[in-house]
Amino acid sequence: MTKAGSRIVDLVLLIAVIVAVWQGIYLLAGDAALSAPLETVRHAIELLARPRFWLDIGESAHAFAYALVIAWLGGVGIGVWLGGHRLSGDVAEPILVALYSLPKVTLYPLILLLFGLGISAKIAFGAIHGIIPVAIFTMNAIRNIKPVYVKTAWTMGLSPLATVRTVLIPACLPEIVSGLRVGFSLTLLGVLIGEMFASKRGLGFVIMNAIGLNDVRTMLAVTLLLFVFAALANSALLALDRHLHKRV
Amino acid sequence: MSGDVNTPHAELAGVTRIYPGAAGRPPLHALGPVDLVLRHGEFFSIVGPSGCGKSTLLEVLAGLAPATDGRVTFEGRPVAGRVPEGVGVVFQEDASFPWLTVWDNVAFGLRRTGVDAAEIERRVGDALSFMGLKDFARAYPAQLSGGMRQRVCIARTLVMQPRLILLDEPFGALDAQTRLLMGDELLRLWRRTQATILLITHALDEAAMLSDRIGAMSARPGRFIDIVETGWPAERDSRIVAKPEFGAITSRLWQSLREESLKALGHGRAQAGASPTA
Repeated sequence: MTKAGSRIVDLVLLIAVIVAVWQGIYLLAGDAALSAPLETVRHAIELLARPRFWLDIGESAHAFAYALVIAWLGGVGIGVWLGGHRLSGDVAEPILVALYSLPKVTLYPLILLLFGLGISAKIAFGAIHGIIPVAIFTMNAIRNIKPVYVKTAWTMGLSPLATVRTVLIPACLPEIVSGLRVGFSLTLLGVLIGEMFASKRGLGFVIMNAIGLNDVRTMLAVTLLLFVFAALANSALLALDRHLHKRV
Repeated sequence: MSGDVNTPHAELAGVTRIYPGAAGRPPLHALGPVDLVLRHGEFFSIVGPSGCGKSTLLEVLAGLAPATDGRVTFEGRPVAGRVPEGVGVVFQEDASFPWLTVWDNVAFGLRRTGVDAAEIERRVGDALSFMGLKDFARAYPAQLSGGMRQRVCIARTLVMQPRLILLDEPFGALDAQTRLLMGDELLRLWRRTQATILLITHALDEAAMLSDRIGAMSARPGRFIDIVETGWPAERDSRIVAKPEFGAITSRLWQSLREESLKALGHGRAQAGASPTA
């Protein structure tokens, strides 16, 4: 069997195991705690047929897209600065690590005070989740560039700009992509948490509302849709990540 | 540019290199004053204790680091601020770019010098064949051994057709047998390109086998304390290690370097002459 074929078999087996475990827990816990896998899929399809649900998807997608752009660009920018300027990096690294470990939900009241109730607060909350890991990964990627690469570029007569474009960026790209991947997941998490606690629209709000109404089917159907989206996007980023890392 | 074997190809005159002190530390006098004339087409090796300034000398000659004092010239022109055209450098550390295939690594420098595609194809193919890497052209460096990666770096320098090749302990990370074989390849390369080669090495046997002349350096700040003419014919290979002259050369180098190596280790003159049984 080819490597790709083997991966597909592994994936199908993994999904089968997850569904089996889910069905087993459902049979043990009953309707009050969980909905069955097939019923959840059916309800997810029903939700996708409702125009109102698409407004919630649009709201979350909008906030997530803005938050992701801010997290990625901001994180890479901060990482490049801290990686290139040794003193700033040494000072900022412990602060970044401490902020990374902090439960960001404790900052949400502050975010709401600064940005008010609305999409801005969700974007800010999503961005602060993603920006720190992207910055840390980028900073380390730049710090870990082997000085001999730069010397080699000089011996080839490359200009500073050509050195950045053809040597420095490719040298640190694999690690930066790893950071972007982690940043993607955490930004999505941040936006959804933001919607759960202070929003009247979006998928996070739909989940929170379903929890309040004890609507287990909706809760799990939205979670399943989010899981599928995150898994597909992460798989694409992971494939890129692996492609870049296998060369290193 | 071809030149007479007895004319200077590159020259260091009264060169010193002092690193400025940082954070209250005194300046570090790493090199010199050093005088060195590299003749056209010769194979010159430099040996010396660790930290004596061998690599600093190479960096100054390559234009990768400025001399604090003195004059550095290549083909009669001063070397300052940038690596002159015609000079190629191979470093001890693996400098192959992991994101490029072997072929792209070797073509890397040529693509940035405006050489046309057909000529790049020809030169890269030729260099890969010469270095025994033709079957690995599409491989990434991560898929190669350390010795093969170093050959990629040599091939990448070779395609630029340098007239002066500077090698900073290129085989330092390899085992003894592989080093001997790589030495044979280096001699083959030297005869074919007719380039002038400066090799920095810590291995006395490597220097004795490969070189026309060997410069032995003192402990820091590095200065030349002996220049040994080997008298080997140009057509030589690693089998010369069996010759009695080979032993005489390495023995002379060690005599020159023993006291300096002890100084570098911090043992000083007192122990340098002490009997091993004393």
